[in-house]
Amino acid sequence: MIDKETSRAKAVKFLFLGLWLVITVFPLYWIVVTSFKKPGAIFSYPLTYWPEVFSIENYLGLFAKAQFGTYVVNSLIVATVAAVIATFISMLSAYVLARFEFRSKGAILLAFLATQMIPSFIALGPLYLLMTQLKLVDNRFGLILIYIAVCIPFCTVMLRGFFENIPDALEEAAMIDGCSRFGALFRVLVPVLKPGIVAAFIFNFVNCWNELFLSVTLINSDANKTIPTALNGFITSYNIDWGSMSAAAVLTIIPTMVLFAFASRYIVQGLTAGAVKG
Amino acid sequence: MTTTTDEAGRGQQLATPTPPAGPSRTAGGHRRRTFTVRRGFGLLGFLAPAFIFVAIFIYYPMIAGSQMAFRNWNLANLTDTSWVGFGNFLAVFADPAFGKVVLNTVVWVVASIVPQFVIGFGIALWLRRKFRFRGLYQAMIFFPWAISGFLIGILFRWMFNSEFGVINDLLQKVGLIDTPIPWLADPNTAMFAVIVANVWYGVTFFAIMILAALQSVPEDLFEAAALDGAGKARMLFQITIPYIRTTLALTVLLRVIWIFNFPDIIYGMTGGGPANQTHILTTWMIATTQRGDYGRASAIGLIVVAILLVFTAFYLLSMREKKVKA
Repeated sequence: MIDKETSRAKAVKFLFLGLWLVITVFPLYWIVVTSFKKPGAIFSYPLTYWPEVFSIENYLGLFAKAQFGTYVVNSLIVATVAAVIATFISMLSAYVLARFEFRSKGAILLAFLATQMIPSFIALGPLYLLMTQLKLVDNRFGLILIYIAVCIPFCTVMLRGFFENIPDALEEAAMIDGCSRFGALFRVLVPVLKPGIVAAFIFNFVNCWNELFLSVTLINSDANKTIPTALNGFITSYNIDWGSMSAAAVLTIIPTMVLFAFASRYIVQGLTAGAVKG
Repeated sequence: MTTTTDEAGRGQQLATPTPPAGPSRTAGGHRRRTFTVRRGFGLLGFLAPAFIFVAIFIYYPMIAGSQMAFRNWNLANLTDTSWVGFGNFLAVFADPAFGKVVLNTVVWVVASIVPQFVIGFGIALWLRRKFRFRGLYQAMIFFPWAISGFLIGILFRWMFNSEFGVINDLLQKVGLIDTPIPWLADPNTAMFAVIVANVWYGVTFFAIMILAALQSVPEDLFEAAALDGAGKARMLFQITIPYIRTTLALTVLLRVIWIFNFPDIIYGMTGGGPANQTHILTTWMIATTQRGDYGRASAIGLIVVAILLVFTAFYLLSMREKKVKA
């Protein structure tokens, strides 16, 4: 808007924006504070808004009692491998969908987008049976395969939006200089789109890192559990140990927050483009 | 509209939910090559990996899962997987909880999306004008998105805890309540609590989508309106909102579908309890799956798909009609 804001309008604006910021950040603040309280202090009156004694007991307990280290390693392996492969595969399909016209293109995009609309729980039973036949139940590799498939549709749509912003002339020049199409994609386009591709990778990584229902269905043994699967075990027990729970929540949230902070601009761009287009 | 500048002025095109297929697209965008047989094989190679993964691990189980809805399929007794026609659906409809769960789903969707939209719209309007630290502010309110719905459920479960929950403590400090409320154990307040968590989570999405749409409104429209002496409110209702109406409508549609299908927060916070009070169709479906009754769970899933298809069709139709009138 071109007119000047009055100072009162400005005050109201910053008051509300500030209020929303506090509301947004507060749950995170609260879980962090809880996690650093001494286990006994979590359940005592009056509530304190800052740990009286800073303690990392909850964190130590988590690794001692619950094999949390194993879960972290599993989550890291599964999310990293799945996100790398899914990003690569999506790049190939996004490239074709961004650069070429063909009759079934609309149908392909629709088929990808439809996967986001259908409740995935319909697939859980048959997926379990399929993985049993493939001998991939309770197996991290099996989980990786499924996560790749889950990531591909949205990642393709997102990357396609980025590819469409790059003029064709770039690759055409490279191909005249003797590059193959594959070479043109990787030597010319990928370097230009590095931030977008990194953002797509981060988005995939965070989704795999957070995924719950598939892993709960397919993973049983402690040795193969990812963090959300383990947390699910924590809440289904009768007495939730909020000390360990808060520490585990903090350790789960922090890595994804850091990654998202790096990529948020591109993720926003990808999401708004994907949703607006369709 | 946020990606390509050549689309910025063509709000009309956004009305089609499916990306336009075929060469018609080439009119305004880049020049696209057409598909020849020779090139076809090479490109098929590019598409094949994505196809194979999605076909095997998403479409096959979904289709197989859909046919389970018409069979007796219970993990407790896998020797009898006979076809039962609409038996599972009838069992779902006959379940005394069914009406309650459908009603809950509607409440969950509507009561979540309205505040999300209103607060998100306000934030987007306020973020339109550049100010110092705007980028940082956006990044900070963006952070709930890095957290899974399940974990958000857990965070709010802890905050809504009746004895040691911070929400009761704050409300008592401010003097709004005298005694702690057992939010998640009381059937009258549990739904409210899960919706609060969902609103908290979803506002950012609307803020970001609406902000992107706002930034596509050409500045000269406002200049012209200001010359004509239009006030701020008039500009908002007669320029801004009509201009971005299509985007708003599609954002709401996507969100309705998404929230309808979003059991994660409820699952982490209440698991559908107390006494089915916070069960929506998808959490009910998960609970049914966890009991091993895959046939009935699939039937619920297909009911969800059917409801969403009908809703989407009506929604898009009414959008088109409004457009014709306008």
